[in-house]
Formats: sequence, C-alpha cells, structure tokens
Amino acid sequence: MSDTARSAGFWKRNQLKIAPWAFLAPGAIMFLLYVLIPIVQSVWISFHDWDGLGDKVWIGLGNYVELLDDDTFYVALKNNLIWLALYLLAIPMGLATALFLNQTVWGIRLYKSLFFFPFVISQVVVGLMFTWFYAPDFGLFSQLIKWLTGTEIAVLADERFVTLGIIVAGLWPQTAYCMILYLTGLNNLNPEQIEAARMDNARGWRLLWHVILPQLAPATFIAMVVTVIGALRSFDLVSIMTAGGPYGSSQVLSYFMYEQALSEYGYRMGYGAAIAVVLFLIMMVFITLFIVRMIAQERNR
Amino acid sequence: MTKFKALAGLALSALLMGSAAFAGEIVINSDHSDPAPKKAMEELIADFQAKHPDITVKWNNFDHEGYKAAIRNFLTADPPDVAAWYAGNRMAPFVGAGLFEDVTDVWASNGLDEQLKSSAASMTIDGTKWGVPYTYYQWGIYYRADIFAEQGIAPPKTWAELLAASEKLKAAGITPFAIGTKALWPTGGWFDYLNLRVNGYEFHMELTSGKVPYTDPRVKAVFEKWAELVGPGYFLENHAAIDWQDAIPQMVQGKAAMYLMGNFAVATMKDGGLTEDQIGFMQFPEITPGIPMAEDAPTDTFHIPSGAKNKEDAKVFLAYLASPEAQAKMNATLGQLPVNNQAAKPSDKFLDAGFTMLSNAYALAQFYDRDADAEMAKAGMEGFQEFMVKPDQIDRILERLEKVRAKVYK
Repeated sequence: MSDTARSAGFWKRNQLKIAPWAFLAPGAIMFLLYVLIPIVQSVWISFHDWDGLGDKVWIGLGNYVELLDDDTFYVALKNNLIWLALYLLAIPMGLATALFLNQTVWGIRLYKSLFFFPFVISQVVVGLMFTWFYAPDFGLFSQLIKWLTGTEIAVLADERFVTLGIIVAGLWPQTAYCMILYLTGLNNLNPEQIEAARMDNARGWRLLWHVILPQLAPATFIAMVVTVIGALRSFDLVSIMTAGGPYGSSQVLSYFMYEQALSEYGYRMGYGAAIAVVLFLIMMVFITLFIVRMIAQERNR
Repeated sequence: MTKFKALAGLALSALLMGSAAFAGEIVINSDHSDPAPKKAMEELIADFQAKHPDITVKWNNFDHEGYKAAIRNFLTADPPDVAAWYAGNRMAPFVGAGLFEDVTDVWASNGLDEQLKSSAASMTIDGTKWGVPYTYYQWGIYYRADIFAEQGIAPPKTWAELLAASEKLKAAGITPFAIGTKALWPTGGWFDYLNLRVNGYEFHMELTSGKVPYTDPRVKAVFEKWAELVGPGYFLENHAAIDWQDAIPQMVQGKAAMYLMGNFAVATMKDGGLTEDQIGFMQFPEITPGIPMAEDAPTDTFHIPSGAKNKEDAKVFLAYLASPEAQAKMNATLGQLPVNNQAAKPSDKFLDAGFTMLSNAYALAQFYDRDADAEMAKAGMEGFQEFMVKPDQIDRILERLEKVRAKVYK
C-alpha cells in the first residue's frame, strides 16, 4: 500500500518534468530512428567500398577522392545549379498566376482548381506527358518546332536542351504549388492597409511592391523553401524522362546517387553514400539559412 | 479441455513445420512475371511434380524488374532452394560473395557437359559450374524481305555488301538501320557484333573482362567500322530519344529496313502488322575475313543458393530442367531456344534459323552488359550512345572508358 503511495508521490512530484518528455518521445524516437541514425549510417558507409552483399572494406576518403575525379559528378553538379536557378522561376510565375486568379468572377473556383491540377498529378505522369510532348515525329512540341523552324529538335536526346526540357516539365506542377501558397496568402491580406494605400494614391506596381508583397512574405518564404528543396532533390522527372541520358548529360546528384548505389548497373553503396553526403551538405547550406531565418523571426515576435 | 489441448498441439506442430520446410519440398524464386514465361514455368513445375511426386515445389514468382533488387536480399536473408538468374559476369558478384552453390556434379552426372556444351563457358567461373541454363535466344539482323526484294538487294554476307546495301536503301529514301538507344543497351548489341567480327571472340572476352585497355588500336578499329555507318546517317535520326520498341513502327511503315536485335523483336514486329514473309533474318555479316563467327546469345539460368535448405532435391530439379524434353517444351512456350542440343528443333521460322546459327557458332557471348562488369557496361554503353551522336569525339570517349576500366578492374 505504502509502495503505491510512494510511486504515486514520485509521479506527482515529477509530473511536470516528465510529461513534456513523454509527449516528445514518440516523435523523437521516430526522428532518431528514421532520420538521425540513417544519416550517420550513410556517412559511415561513404567511407567504405561495399557492394551491399559482401564485407565492407574501409577506404577512408577514397570515395570522395574518386568523386572529385569523376566527370559525371561535375555534370550532375552543374545541372543541379541550373535546376536551382531556373526552378526558382516557379515563384514569380506562381505569384503571377495567383494575382491573375485572385478576382471574383463567376466560376473562379473551377479555374483555380484547374490551375492547381498539375500539382495533383503524380510527377511520374507529368514526366511521361512531357516525354510524349517532346517526342520526335509525333510529339506536339517537336511538330510545333518543325512547323516554326523547319528542323526537328529531339529535346530529350539533345545534350544542349535536355536539362532545360526536364526543368520546364518540373516548373509546370511547381508553379501550381507556388500559386496555391500565394492564393492562401492573398486571402489573408489586411484590407485596411490596402484601402489606406489606395487613399494615398498607390496603385499598380507600386501597390504590389510596397504593400502587397511585404504582406505575402511568409508565403514567399515557404515557396522558396519548397522550391529550393524540390530543385535539389529532383529525381523522379529525370528518372522517368531520360534516366540521366543522353550519355549522362541530364544527370543530377540525386539520380547519380541512386544509379551508383541501387540501379542495375550500380550496387556501389559506398560511392552512392558519398554522393548522398555531398548532396546532404549542399542541402544543409540552404536548410541552415532557412532555420536561422525562422529562429530570428520567432525571436522578433 | 482435451479438445483444446489437441488443437493447441496441432497448431504448434503446424507452426514447427511451417518454419522448417517439409522434407521433400523445394522453394523456387524466379522472375517469370510476363504471360509466356509464367505459363512456361507453370508447365515445367507441373511436369516435374508428375515425374517426382515425392517432391513438392513452392514457387514464388517475382516482378521482372523488382527481382533484380529482391535477389540481393533473399539470397542473404531467406535463401530459397532454387533461384533464377543469368549467365556470364552477371552471376559473378553472387559467386564471388559465396552465395551460389557449386553444381559441377549435376553437370557431370547428367552428361550436361556434352548436351549444354554451347553454354558451358558462360556457366563456368574458376573452373566450376555455378548453375544450369535453360533458355537463350539469338541476335542478328532482322530485315524487311519485301523491301530488299523491291530494291534488288540480296542479304549481305560481307561488310562491303552491307555498306553497298545501306547506300542503296539510303538513296531510295529508306533509313538502313532502325535503332532506339534511350535505354542504352541496344548500342551494346552493335558493339558486340562489330567487335566479334573485327577482332574475334577471344579479344571481345578479354576486353569485356577488363584485360585490354579501351585505348587499344584494335578497339579504335571497331569504331572506325561503326563510323562507316554512323557517318553517312545509316541509323535512325533521334535514336537517343526513343526506346527500341519505338523504332519498330519505322520499320513497319517501310521507313527503315534493318534492325540488329534479339529474336524477341519479331513478336513486336508482327504485332505492328508485318507478316512472317515480310521479315527476314540474317547472321551479322563477316568483317575481318577468316575470323570464326561468334554470336550473342543471352542465357537465362537457374542456380542453387549456398544457403538452400534442401540442396539434394534442388539438384534433382536442376537435372530435370536441363533435360532435352523439359527444355524443348519450355522453350516452345517461351518462344526461345533450348540450350540442350538434344532437344527437339523448334518449328518457328526464326527460331529454326537461330537454332542452326547458334549450334554452329564458334562461341557465344552473353551480351555486353552481361559480359562486362555492371559499372563498366553502363559507362561503355553511354559511350557507344555518345559515339552514335558525335562520332568525331571517339578519342575523348575511349579515354573516358579507359579511365572507368582502370578503376573497375583494379
């Protein structure tokens, strides 16, 4: 009897200390199990030569040295930078669409959902559709180009255009995504501020730039985060549309990693892990920037 | 109460039996997911059970693509008694990791060294046999017989005749060769055949096993021959954008006349609307005179994992699989060729031609991406594709391949 009393007493005394940890535990354990430990494992594997079957052989920085001497790595890195730069176009494009759709016309809800449609389709389907769009002989785009210029361009077989072609396919759903973020932001605009601005004779670009955009800053921030991360982890479109081809010219880091570690011609787990670590470090730069900004904002509040 | 006890006892024994396989049960893992292979497998298992009623067969059928990843897991985690795979260097990683069982005795005690002679070399690593082949198919040039007749072209027997035929077709507004290189591997067939005909089987094997540098002048000579077709535009334009099937319509519509492919392409051609009389088959022509003709014939195989629980019965199954009757029946369903040279000849026109060609072949290569190490194959075929787009870059491409070779075959 006294035993239970004492244990109840322990619970009573420490309830406030334990409760938050108890509530955190499920999330923390999941995070540890599925995020932190795999990251450490990846880094660990990247120091080994391993085919996934036999014994791991410690080779220190060997994989990273090889990576620095690998032409494909530089192609992938360059393409990732192109992705990063051009993918950001989704933000102004999304904003423009959102501003265009933010009016009260009969049936606007239908138009909004139609514009949002590309984001609902799976990336794989988007990739397939654009592959047909670009396909030589019967693709709509190549027919158009042929009609305009007289020569046919096989976008996905031409190393000059292939990455651009895939990015355009990626921009289609990404623009829709940014548009939705901005539409939500536009709903939350402070009408009094806009009215006051109008009274002060602000309109058009000046109104947009000085009054509306600052109020949309949270939406811009989120759009930026998802777009940058989306550009860096671009994988599905590359895999579906070209598999990194022709002759490796549309390679990006995430696909390169998959190909080396897990594809039919790969099973170089250590090398793949080394690419993953490099990609992780690049992403960390952006993630750190975002987190620093978020913390700063929370402090200001 | 007693009833409950009996039930519990039954449940327990069932549990025990479930974990340890029945004596006389073999588990087969394979990737016969397409309709024809699935049917062939079902028939094979039914016939085997009729002949060996004491052995029960449990068959796990995997999706074709997923199998390539699955086999790496189940061989280590939960090995079956028999597993499907491929010959040549494709099985080398599993043999090297000690995951396949030595089956030399199955070969020796069933006279397979004689009956499966054409595949003996590709099933052997370090003087030991690691599995049993059950099917293969030929590669060669499939051509539009009616277009050839129209243009007055006889099937070329030599390189000069092939060039002359190509020139004639091109002049008539027909692309000589259909090809789609998006998936890379169709380029491997071209490299294999050019190398086998320019330098011969031994050199091809030395190259694919990494013993010869890609900067060797003999390799360069292969690409010089290839350039004689690439340069004048004898291949389909934009081949890098399309898969091999996408090039078939060009041939069906008469815009292209020849296709270097495996025998499986015939089915697609017929689906596209070509009749059997419109399609012809010829062996890849001779290039360097006097070099014995070797062919590409990718071989599918069955193996016993070293972790198998019932190796004894698994060997009985492999012996049955190797028999002439089993192979003849199975390949009739598959539409491919039996490896066993005692098996009844297939009735199909193309298979018959292939059977004769492969039976008289000097040696059989497996295909570039099975003979060469996987990583080398990937880099190699990328290089071939780039060459077919930019033939003037050949020196840079070969230097890159040499760099990969030096790294892969340390």
